[in-house]
Amino acid sequence: MTKLKKAIDIIGIPRLIIGLFFIALVITALAVGLTPSSLFSDILRRWMMYAILVLAMVPGVQSGIGMNFGISLGIVSGLLGSVISMEVAYVKGWFFHFGAGAAWLTLLLALLIGIVLAAFVGAAYGLLLNRVKGSEMTVSTYVGFSAIAMMNIVWILLRFQNGQLRWPIGSGLRNTASLQESFGGLLSNPDVYSQSRSIAIPAGLNEAGSVTVQQPKALSFLAIDVGGSGFVLPLGLIMVFALCCLIIWLFLRSKKGLAMSAAGENELFAVSNGINVDSMRILGTAVSTVLGAVGIIMYAQTYGFLQLYNAPLMMGFAAVASILIGGASIERASISNVIIGTLLFQGILTVALPVVNAVINVSALPEIIRIIITNGIILYALTKARGGRR
Amino acid sequence: MTNNNLENRVLKPNISIGERLKTFLFENKVMLVFVIICYLGYLASGSRADTVLNEVFTRISRNSFTVLSLLIPVLAGMGLNFGIVIGAIAAQIAVFAVVYWGLAGLSGMALAVLIATPLAIIFGYLVGKLFNMTKGAEMITGLILGYFADGLYQLLFLVLIGRVIPATNPRFIIDGGVGVKNVVDLTGTLKYSIDRVRIIDLALGLLVIVAVITAVRLYLHLSKKRKFTLKDLALMVGVGILYGITYIPAIERHLYVERINLIVALSLVLALFAIKSAYSIYKNRDGHDPTYSRGRSISIIVISVIAFALTYVPSIETLIMSVELPVLPYVLIGGLMAFNKGILNTRLGHNMRTVGQSNAVAAASGINVDRTRLIAVILSTVLACWGQLIYLQNLGTFSTYGAHMQVGQFAVAALLVGGASVSKATNSQAIIGVTLFHLLFIIAPQAGNNLFGDAQVGEYFRVFVSYGVIALSLAMHAWQRKKPAGSMMASLSQAGPAIAETEKKE
Repeated sequence: MTKLKKAIDIIGIPRLIIGLFFIALVITALAVGLTPSSLFSDILRRWMMYAILVLAMVPGVQSGIGMNFGISLGIVSGLLGSVISMEVAYVKGWFFHFGAGAAWLTLLLALLIGIVLAAFVGAAYGLLLNRVKGSEMTVSTYVGFSAIAMMNIVWILLRFQNGQLRWPIGSGLRNTASLQESFGGLLSNPDVYSQSRSIAIPAGLNEAGSVTVQQPKALSFLAIDVGGSGFVLPLGLIMVFALCCLIIWLFLRSKKGLAMSAAGENELFAVSNGINVDSMRILGTAVSTVLGAVGIIMYAQTYGFLQLYNAPLMMGFAAVASILIGGASIERASISNVIIGTLLFQGILTVALPVVNAVINVSALPEIIRIIITNGIILYALTKARGGRR
Repeated sequence: MTNNNLENRVLKPNISIGERLKTFLFENKVMLVFVIICYLGYLASGSRADTVLNEVFTRISRNSFTVLSLLIPVLAGMGLNFGIVIGAIAAQIAVFAVVYWGLAGLSGMALAVLIATPLAIIFGYLVGKLFNMTKGAEMITGLILGYFADGLYQLLFLVLIGRVIPATNPRFIIDGGVGVKNVVDLTGTLKYSIDRVRIIDLALGLLVIVAVITAVRLYLHLSKKRKFTLKDLALMVGVGILYGITYIPAIERHLYVERINLIVALSLVLALFAIKSAYSIYKNRDGHDPTYSRGRSISIIVISVIAFALTYVPSIETLIMSVELPVLPYVLIGGLMAFNKGILNTRLGHNMRTVGQSNAVAAASGINVDRTRLIAVILSTVLACWGQLIYLQNLGTFSTYGAHMQVGQFAVAALLVGGASVSKATNSQAIIGVTLFHLLFIIAPQAGNNLFGDAQVGEYFRVFVSYGVIALSLAMHAWQRKKPAGSMMASLSQAGPAIAETEKKE
């Protein structure tokens, strides 16, 4: 009996309930006749798609700024990197000059711009958070909202030429820009490697105004359709996530990372050991923001669309809820929390939609469940944090 | 905070005018920046002054009550209550029920109040319980709670109504029989049910209320629980006479209206200010109260007189004459302002203020901290609920899934624009804030269109400002509270008080 109690204590009651709920949902899904291969394929894809965004919470929490609701700053950095990269690729006619490699170049440039931007923005944001110790979460929520709102103005004022990005008529960028003619699906979609794509290029480069591009078959291991069953193993995406996890894992065990965790755990203890708490917090915030930028680019490449304007507004909330479901608290978080939490959170949402449709056919219900779970779990965590704050 | 005020006022005579101006500018920086933005936006929009003025006063009547509902939790040290969304949800449930049952007009609104208030009390109680579990993090809790409650609300309106709760009327229910339509039209039912109350009805209502109070007091007197004083009788007689006056034909004629002109209202308000100041000069004639400043009272009188004189300038006069105000909403707003002010002098108000300054001190002096905070949240939730009723009846259409979402956000932003902070907010800051914030709302799309050739830019700018002003105010507040950088070692050596300091406020 005590052993059982101990086990429950380790897993945590909320995680246990949500885990059982998830399993029950999966069983129901199979019982109502959903195809297992596509169901598990979807779960895996969504899991990996959100995982890096959730991972971005870890350095923030460890450095002591609490849940980084301001992850939106990283998200908009990543989005800005992507649109700039896509525009450059189009204007310079990369696909005409480099063929299939252009998609990879675009992805790399997007990551590069996103990471550099996010590092600077994150450091500046860390400076601000050092000034508002004790109310980081409230401030960061609204800093995140403001960042999204400010970028709305930027999106609408940007005058780009890439037809995928701008509205056919009028000005500004589209709400959702397709990545079909860019880096969409490189790491997760088998179709990219089995079919060729026709990609528009600026006028004057060739007669047709477009080029046909086929990704090399040699790279098709990045997205495997296992045995043609419909179960897709997005190996590329998994590798990127694993790489990010590895980097963060090594970072947290490095001298700097240990100092950072110490600063987050006990400020006074850290100071007495000669750790500069403020700069550690800036480091944590910057790393978190950079991961946010990488995360949104990976999200977009999996999803196949770049979502601008208000779409990323509540993404921070979903990431926070995911890691909390995974067993993190506002004071402590680990990579295993990320992996478990994202699986449970995204898994439930992925399975809930077809199940609900099959059982009671209320199309709005999954979205409602998402809202209730996301915010319910954050509320629960807030009540558990003693005094509710750091 | 209140102590600071006290000190400032006492010290004032020693401070030069330049210094005083500097403090004034510093304390009202947010508001002043907004005045400038609004003015520039107004110029850029090229809107007509009378259109803008009319729209501003409509929005003041519509939104002020909700913003004023934020003040009590601030007093109790709980910061800005983002949880008022839940009060709004209570109001919307009631409005839907009333409209669905086909009730209309003032009686429909009365029923909505009767349904919404107990709901809001229950919700407020739950919110307060939660806030007591997350002391120091009320704002983030309230914010998340708003989203959480929205999820439950959607569950109720989109899934349960029609499926579990029987409802079939196709006017309100989505084809297919489950869920409420996106928009519920209140035209012909609750629209303007509060705005359209005539002055004469208001007078009758006042008479009835006072009569009931007097009757209760008489009963208490007879059952020897409370002494019936001459003052009570005087109140009844006074109101009776006032009501009698309304039967004089010359006056009666003017009372069958539901709107009064701004010029009349403005004169009344200015007269009220002047009389109040004159009375306080009279009351403090012996100069006992050190916090009282006669110069202030005199300047209020002078300003009132000048403002009244200005209404005789023809261009200003026509501008002001173009605005007609609904009576009851403004009376209710005035009433709430009086309530917010009055509560400061009650025992509850004192308790709230002590709790707001320090939970520990309050607990030590025998105040039940949790209970006081609970009452503050319940009051705020109920008031926000009534505020939403006023808002919906004026708007006339009820966007089922959107009307409550921005309530907390906009109310908080408006209050902060008026110069309030997380720890201090006043009636006048609320009203100034609503005016400026909504002025920006009115002019931003047109200004965006003229400046960038796209109304959407103004729209986004407006949203950016409402988020940005909250972020900035919260950051500035936290910044001021924190000790200057580099004092880590200092706070280490005096860890005790430093921790106590951070624990007591958020």
